[in-house]
Amino acid sequence: MDRAAVDTTIRSLIEPFNKKGVEITDATTFAGDLEFDSLTVMDFVAAIEDEFDIIISMNQQAEIENYGQLVDAVAKLSDA
Amino acid sequence: MSEGISQPDQPQEVEGGERDLFSKFDDIIALREGLLASGQEDPFSLVMEKVLSPTRAICNGRDTILLGTYNYMGMTFDPDVIEAGKQALDNFGSGTTGSRVLNGTYQGHRECEDALREFYAMDHAMVFSTGYQANLGIISTIAGKGDYIVLDIDSHASIWDGCALGNAEVVPFKHNDIEAMEKRLRRIPEGAGKLVVLEGVYSMLGDIAPLAEMVAVAKKYGAMVLVDEAHSMGFIGEHGRGVCEAAGCIDDVDFIIGTFSKSVGTVGGFCVSNHPKFEIMRLVCRPYVFTASLPPSVVATAATSIRKLMHGSNKRAHLWENSKRLHGGLTQLGFQLGTSEPQSAIVAVIMPDLEKGAAMWEALLTEGLYVNLARPPATPANMTLLRCSLCAEHSVEEVETILGMFERAGKAVGII
Repeated sequence: MDRAAVDTTIRSLIEPFNKKGVEITDATTFAGDLEFDSLTVMDFVAAIEDEFDIIISMNQQAEIENYGQLVDAVAKLSDA
Repeated sequence: MSEGISQPDQPQEVEGGERDLFSKFDDIIALREGLLASGQEDPFSLVMEKVLSPTRAICNGRDTILLGTYNYMGMTFDPDVIEAGKQALDNFGSGTTGSRVLNGTYQGHRECEDALREFYAMDHAMVFSTGYQANLGIISTIAGKGDYIVLDIDSHASIWDGCALGNAEVVPFKHNDIEAMEKRLRRIPEGAGKLVVLEGVYSMLGDIAPLAEMVAVAKKYGAMVLVDEAHSMGFIGEHGRGVCEAAGCIDDVDFIIGTFSKSVGTVGGFCVSNHPKFEIMRLVCRPYVFTASLPPSVVATAATSIRKLMHGSNKRAHLWENSKRLHGGLTQLGFQLGTSEPQSAIVAVIMPDLEKGAAMWEALLTEGLYVNLARPPATPANMTLLRCSLCAEHSVEEVETILGMFERAGKAVGII
């Protein structure tokens, strides 16, 4: 799947978690801009993992701070 | 009660103050100061001046019933246990001053491991200095780079820290969700080592894991299974071996982790296993090697207590009665509990928020009852909980007294 397609899918997955309707750009951060707590992160990650049939381990999550990095990581993981 | 340590020497500069390594704690300092400023008694600096029995102590000057000590089987004042400790203190001294692999293995450490092997009917037992270190050591050592640890999101801090200390890929799943666990196991790359980490009883809400199903799924995917039975040992299962015994899957569990600081009534941790190569852990597990072993009196009290727990079925039955009565009584009074039916010796009472929870905690203490106040981030879903842990030595009358205290405190604080 190419990056644009991954982006589109994740954009729809993030909607129910983006309660304040924050505008999503590649630079949008999960902890800062979206104010995700650890439980929200778990549910959001699970939704992505199920959609793409991948694992995003905690170790990999630690490297992902903003939306763009997430799309890059998922594109790479779903390619493998 | 001294508040000396939390008083700054000079007025704190809130704005424009120098940032240093402690700045990251400002939020939690503010939260704590806000709570105490309202005149609230500090829930995290209680001192027990005198301990009268497994169920009673003098706390901050008051005669108090203990309902938050995890002393499930009430072994702390057992005469045989105390005598064993005194003898070991006389004969072997106050401490070993050494690692288990150097000068820190005494006769008593061996006898304690023998008692554990018999208690669990397993081939190997390894005693650590604390339960925390048992999880830290075993998990970080057996799951290495390229391996995967699949664990429940509500796992105890010692399990998370064991994951953080090692180099494995860490993959959490939703609490007690068998399907979520299976999906993650299925996605792990072929050939990678897999460790599933579960707990028998989750100590925050007192709920148990569906171990029969979860262990079967883990085995289907070729994973090794570690179960932390800290809150079930001595109480749950016919022989008190834990939830995995009660669920009938203990033979498929590769490692059981436990502690001496709950039912056993002292301090220390352990791992039991039937793995044929298990003994090598004594040389490669750093939290086992690079710390001093338990004092002789501690392992002597532990061994004596473990052997007595093998024959504790009457006490187990009474503890179940206590748990059922407290759970039923609190439900009837209108409190919201962590589980809809009693599943363990922990009954968690859900508080509307931290302020009400702290007020209720203080009201209970004034009544003469000690429970644990648990708050975020240690709790699931950011709940504030009053955790009650029952003891086999709580009498039927004491449980009724406790219910009366909850009723008065709950009405005074406006929770029921």
